[in-house]
Amino acid sequence: MEKVLEVKNIEKYYGNKSNLTKAIDNISFNVEKGEFVGIMGASGSGKSTLLNVISTIDRVTAGHIIVNGEDITKLKGNKLNKFRREELGFIFQDFNLLDTLTAYENIALALTIQKVNAREIDKRVNEIAEKLEIKDILKKYPYQVSGGQKQRIASARAIITNPKLVLADEPTGALDSKSARQLLENFEFLNQKMNATILMVTHDAFTASYASRVIFIKDGKMFHEIHRENDSRKEFFDKIIDVVTLLGGDLNDAL
Amino acid sequence: MMLFKLSLKNIKKSFKDYAIYFFTLILGVAIFYVFNAIDSQTVMMDVTASTKEIIKLMTSMLSGVSVFVSFILGFLIIYASRFLIKRRNKEFGVYLTLGMSKRKISMILFCETLLIGTISLIVGLALGFILSQFMSMLVANMFDANMTQFTFIFSSTACIKTIIYFTIMYLLVMIFNTISIGKCKLIELLHGNKKSEKVKLKNPFLCVIIFFISVVILGYAYYMVTIGFQSLDADNIFKPIILGVISTFLLFFSLSGLILKIVMSRKRLYYKGLNSFVIRQISSKMNTTVFSMTIICLMLFITICVLSSSLTLKNSLQANVNKLAPADIQLTKRVNIKEPPTEDGYTLEQIKNSKLGVIDSLKERNVHIDTYFKESVDVNIYHTESFTLGDTLGNLLKSIQKQYKFLKYDSKEDIMKISDYNLVARLYGNKEYSLKENEYMIVADFQSMITVRNMALKNNEKIKIFGHTLTPKYQECKEGFVELSAQHINGGIVLVPDEVVLENDKVYNMVIANYKADTKKKRVEVEEEILKQVEDSQNQTLLFNNTRIDIMEASVGLGALVTFIGLYLGIIFLISSAAILALKELSESSDNRERYRMLRKIGADEKLLHSSLFRQIAIFFMFPLLLAMIHSVFGLIFSTKILEVFGNDQLLPSIFMTAIFLVVIYGGYFLITYFCSKNIIKERS
Repeated sequence: MEKVLEVKNIEKYYGNKSNLTKAIDNISFNVEKGEFVGIMGASGSGKSTLLNVISTIDRVTAGHIIVNGEDITKLKGNKLNKFRREELGFIFQDFNLLDTLTAYENIALALTIQKVNAREIDKRVNEIAEKLEIKDILKKYPYQVSGGQKQRIASARAIITNPKLVLADEPTGALDSKSARQLLENFEFLNQKMNATILMVTHDAFTASYASRVIFIKDGKMFHEIHRENDSRKEFFDKIIDVVTLLGGDLNDAL
Repeated sequence: MMLFKLSLKNIKKSFKDYAIYFFTLILGVAIFYVFNAIDSQTVMMDVTASTKEIIKLMTSMLSGVSVFVSFILGFLIIYASRFLIKRRNKEFGVYLTLGMSKRKISMILFCETLLIGTISLIVGLALGFILSQFMSMLVANMFDANMTQFTFIFSSTACIKTIIYFTIMYLLVMIFNTISIGKCKLIELLHGNKKSEKVKLKNPFLCVIIFFISVVILGYAYYMVTIGFQSLDADNIFKPIILGVISTFLLFFSLSGLILKIVMSRKRLYYKGLNSFVIRQISSKMNTTVFSMTIICLMLFITICVLSSSLTLKNSLQANVNKLAPADIQLTKRVNIKEPPTEDGYTLEQIKNSKLGVIDSLKERNVHIDTYFKESVDVNIYHTESFTLGDTLGNLLKSIQKQYKFLKYDSKEDIMKISDYNLVARLYGNKEYSLKENEYMIVADFQSMITVRNMALKNNEKIKIFGHTLTPKYQECKEGFVELSAQHINGGIVLVPDEVVLENDKVYNMVIANYKADTKKKRVEVEEEILKQVEDSQNQTLLFNNTRIDIMEASVGLGALVTFIGLYLGIIFLISSAAILALKELSESSDNRERYRMLRKIGADEKLLHSSLFRQIAIFFMFPLLLAMIHSVFGLIFSTKILEVFGNDQLLPSIFMTAIFLVVIYGGYFLITYFCSKNIIKERS
């Protein structure tokens, strides 16, 4: 299988010598093409930092991150931006849609900055909107639609550029349970039918249970890893709960 | 004390946000001081008494304007501080949740205003003090005064006045702040910026209609002040102004929707790079700032018109004096008054005296003109009952009367012998003319009257005068004048062959001369002596005298007056409007920061982001300026018509100067805003 993401012995320190915090302490893992990986951990476990360094928003202190054969820890300036717009798609907890643009324009923006022509943009936006069932809200503004719809618009924007890797940061964090379920089903669809590779950070076991593999992080280190394989989602959910119980601490509260 | 510390820290922390506000306050204080200190600057100057009079008039006018200026600045400061409070809602929310009372928060704001006020006053006054030294050089240069020595002048009255005015403004700000804090609700303070702003989108169809309506109204207002100028009198002068204001508002109201509609329909443009984002940003901002945009546009319009008109006036005045007062003195005497009761208001003594010309009358008082005058001419002007302006216009009178309602068609025409005119022309260095026995011609230099008279001349109107019938030699008025003056005010003198006139109808005798003097100082001495002889002449009919020195001083004074008032108002308006735009833009930078962070996350290049920011701010600054410039074209056409007597040939350099002012001040604010915004959206690592 083709490796989309290789994380090799990365470390991330904050602070100075007298007060050093290791947010990430020697983590290594791979993500293969077409995988749907969940990363779980309590608040402060380092999972957000991990996502930030992979998405090049933050830099690692040591180690390498290789996306599609390219070491992104070495990229700088506009090359970073180019990498972000061509290889990555983002989905955030608070949607991060531009409130002055319509849904259509928000989705199109990811393509316009790649200098795709208008006709092509129109075709692709309509295509993706149909798949994510947001076609009838394309003309609306973010404030006119529900949270779940906003997150689906954000997903459409993330996926429309056909990125190598979709990074989702607590995508269900701001959604009610019904919208969350619908969004996760969309993720499954993107993953299985459109072959998108998704890396999702969450502290919610239910959300994580939609992934095909879950990596657990505690205090900046990899704690455990489980694969779904042929389990049903319910079975996989129980397995995750077992690990969470083992992890102890805050993560229980999140359930 | 705790509160004071808190406010000090707040100011330090948000200095970047405050910088442009601070900068504007300092400029405002400095300018206020500089223009109020002109009074003291001129005290030291070595100028004549009449110039001193003019300066006194000027300073009293400037202090009147200062009241107006303080209103503008007061509004600006209140407006700006409201912005800055809005930005800090969250901070106040936190204070409130910590249990601080609203009164205490008001106290914090009070301390902040006090601090900012004090610092800006001190710095502004210091800057004003430095600038006023340059101002004194400018003043001296304008009044042609020799700066005997350069001294640093500090005007304590201007200083105290500045402090009082600005203290009142700051007090008002404090009151407003207290009120706005009192009205706040905690939930809104804490979640104010979370509330996603509703994008009020106007119906594009409606926008197009409103846009066209406003264009039509504006066009009509433009028409009224230019082509329809003649029918515009003092009563309905406000009509085009009101129409202009309304249409400006409507234009800004509809513009955002219209532009959005147009650009959106051109998909290839709209979906290119960050264009859609930029356009949306601008249109949403313009939707919420229609009112301020209108105000700013009008202020810029006034700035452009006031600055260029006043500079034109000043330049024209100076240029005119050299051209229109080419001799030192002109003495005019009413002569040949008919026995009573034909003309009222004259005493018997005066009637007797009126038999004498200027020279004889002076001789009677033992003044011999040869002692004072190097060269002189002695000429006469004739009036006759049966020859009025209406008569000169002949057959065209009716149609002209319809067009120009305000001319006095029954006023008697000035008539001169051609030889007399040539004497004057030779003295002035103007062109001389000759006439055949049945010809006449008209010399004039007042453009509106020339237009009227040329219609008749083109029509070859014959005139009947002293029993002769004359035909025009030229089909137009020739440029010329007889009386010394500061402006082009010669509405027309009819020149006729010498034999035509009847000596009995002589009404004015005029002596025009140059002094026997080489230096300026000597000229002043000679003039004082002559005028002493000429004045206190109860029983004389010496009507008036024009002297080059008087005209010069009056011109310079008037020029200085309009220049200073123009500069004062222009600069204040300019910085006010630019500051409002800048503050508006910067106050939204925190929202913008979020937006740009997001754009960065989806991979937009820094270059793309910066250009999008630049375009956003540039367009925001350009719109009001652009409309103001269009307004100004028509405004200036109007003002040149009004100021026609002064001449308009100096308009272009004045517009150029105004443009420089605009570019420096407005452009400066634009650049500062851009760089500040760029700094705000910068990714912090």
